[in-house]
Amino acid sequence: MQRHRTRAAILSTLFMGLGQIYNRQFIKGLIFVAVEALALIYFIQNLGRAMWGMATLGDTPSHLQKVKGIAKMVPGDHSIYILIQSLITLLFLLVVLIAWYMNIRDAYRTGAEREGGKSANSFRQTIRYILDYKFAQTFLVLPGIGILFFTIMPIIFMIMLAFTNYSAPNHLPPAKLVDWVGFETFRNLLVLKTWSHTFYGVLTWTIIWAVLSTVTTYFGGLLVALLVSQQGIRFKGMWRVILIVPYAVPQLISLLLMRNLFNGQFGPINQYLGFFGLDGLPWLTDPFWAKVTVIIVNMWVGIPVSMLLIMGVLTTIPRDMYEAAEVDGASAYQKFRIVTLPMVLFSTAPTLIAQFAGNINNFNAIFLLTGGNPVKGDYQYAGSTDLLVTWLYKLTLDQNKNNMASAIGIIIFVIVASFSLYNYRRTKSFKEEDMIQ
Amino acid sequence: MSGRKLANFLRLTLSYIVLTVLAIAALYPALWILLASFRPGKSLYSKTLIPERFTLDHYTELFTSPVYMFGTWYANTLKIAVCSMLIGVVLTLLTSYAVSRFRFKARKTALSTVLILGMFPGFMSMIAIYLLLKEFNLLDTHLALIIVYAAGAPLGGTFIAKGFLDTIPRSLDEAARIDGASNFSIFARIILPLSRPMITYMALTQFVGPWVDFIFAKLILRTKENWTVAVGMWDMVNSNQNTNFTLFSAGAVLISIPIMILFVFLQRMLVDGLTAGASKG
Repeated sequence: MQRHRTRAAILSTLFMGLGQIYNRQFIKGLIFVAVEALALIYFIQNLGRAMWGMATLGDTPSHLQKVKGIAKMVPGDHSIYILIQSLITLLFLLVVLIAWYMNIRDAYRTGAEREGGKSANSFRQTIRYILDYKFAQTFLVLPGIGILFFTIMPIIFMIMLAFTNYSAPNHLPPAKLVDWVGFETFRNLLVLKTWSHTFYGVLTWTIIWAVLSTVTTYFGGLLVALLVSQQGIRFKGMWRVILIVPYAVPQLISLLLMRNLFNGQFGPINQYLGFFGLDGLPWLTDPFWAKVTVIIVNMWVGIPVSMLLIMGVLTTIPRDMYEAAEVDGASAYQKFRIVTLPMVLFSTAPTLIAQFAGNINNFNAIFLLTGGNPVKGDYQYAGSTDLLVTWLYKLTLDQNKNNMASAIGIIIFVIVASFSLYNYRRTKSFKEEDMIQ
Repeated sequence: MSGRKLANFLRLTLSYIVLTVLAIAALYPALWILLASFRPGKSLYSKTLIPERFTLDHYTELFTSPVYMFGTWYANTLKIAVCSMLIGVVLTLLTSYAVSRFRFKARKTALSTVLILGMFPGFMSMIAIYLLLKEFNLLDTHLALIIVYAAGAPLGGTFIAKGFLDTIPRSLDEAARIDGASNFSIFARIILPLSRPMITYMALTQFVGPWVDFIFAKLILRTKENWTVAVGMWDMVNSNQNTNFTLFSAGAVLISIPIMILFVFLQRMLVDGLTAGASKG
């Protein structure tokens, strides 16, 4: 009695859609046949070259060649184009393979249903079925494709780059070829003195920055929120609107503006210090003061967000908890320490960790304000305030050290991912998400 | 009793003083750039905060000068922002609706994938996206930017949106389903109206993105006529920082005003949107 299901599955394995046609689902079957036909045409043209490209990254560099007695520059293989074209082809292959697998499974199931005496769904019934029971998956196809090609593909590409020698000056296409080099890039970054000195220096500052900037904005926001929501303060709405102004100004503008305000020579801040008879400070040009400046400016930008968030939480703390504390004779400080702080910390802890992870990658704050400067002589292409991300940016766009940049990117990812995953796993909304309702 | 009153009075006075200082610190830079944009001359330096004479020259220069095609940039940015906002919000809503309301195989895997992917530094993918767009001949077009922004939207927004949708009672869906509503009509009639604060928040963040992103925009848009305001402003500051400061201020004011107005009007919704993902601990 296994006739239908096996036959349909085998037919579908041979050519997509045959099994469906065997099951008398003609429209569905024909659509599948068309898909496989298109895929075959595409892969016959591209797959071989993709495999070759993936393995060799091209084998003829541009070179001079005698054409009719005149030496001419002949363009060779462009390793990076070859890599990305191969990658795209392989991703298409993956998509088609998944479709092929699902087509076999579908043929098998429908075959099994026919053996049970049911007739196969008509095309209209199939669509009904998909809309009613496979709704979520159908919904997710479109964002899924977007994510596959604009996020996953680039990430795989960059991870691959970390294992090549794609860097200036000796391995820059189109003039030169790029090759696979295994873990050499990582070894250079972590062990080779010239690179590792910069790497550990920048890493240390990145961590210090992430901790300080998160703590200052969070507790700053908490203080301001408490200040505004105190009993007896009037015009709460007005204060709140004024205090979120820094959040509302686009960061691009406010940071570029701050760069001017803190300008050592012409900036108004030093000008005002001058009024009080004080010497101006080298806000952006001294390694130490530049670090102070980025933290201060980041507080200005970041406190309003924390403030908004914490104000939202403060309103959700039940009044009776305070009343109970008052009955027990708690002072204002005790009420804060025993009721307010734990409640706020509890409900904002995930955000706090998210902010920490975000600050590790806070490109704008550094790049727009100091550009990573002041330059540090013994660093490889990095300055005193450079974070790993801004260093990565410089290595890619200014220096063309792409393999090194990719390796750094992978390391940043590992750091950020471990924090966020830890954070995410321990939140209730992940563990017991169906219990909320 | 009077001692307590005095303490209270002191506390409030002190709070008002601190709040005033904070308010000045919050408003000062914004005020300063606003006034600088009306100041004659070009320099960053000025003796007084309030200019002696007000002028609108910098604004007119922005729109009339052949070097700064501010009008074109403004229109470009508006176009890109609106399109990518619409597409991005729809994609994010679809994704978050699907993962919040339906239980299917690989759902947790999908969620974790989105979470992990969001942790790669965004411009690590820059080179690859550049090459991809080059493959499809999309470099230096606005369509490319719209696609990149919109495709990235679900990655950033899904979690917050899902957190919000999770709080809408599922009994509402079930009631509607008993009345014979299809998945589509549940989405359109129940989920959409109830998630207005969420949609506002997402739309706003999506809309603001193109106004301030200069990294991708600079990479993709090569010709000056195609630039967005962010690229233009970045170029203005980077090419001649001190000589043209007042012009920069005028541009900055023109970019900030619409965004600030949106923020102030929508701040209630913003708080709801921000806390939706967080407050459940």
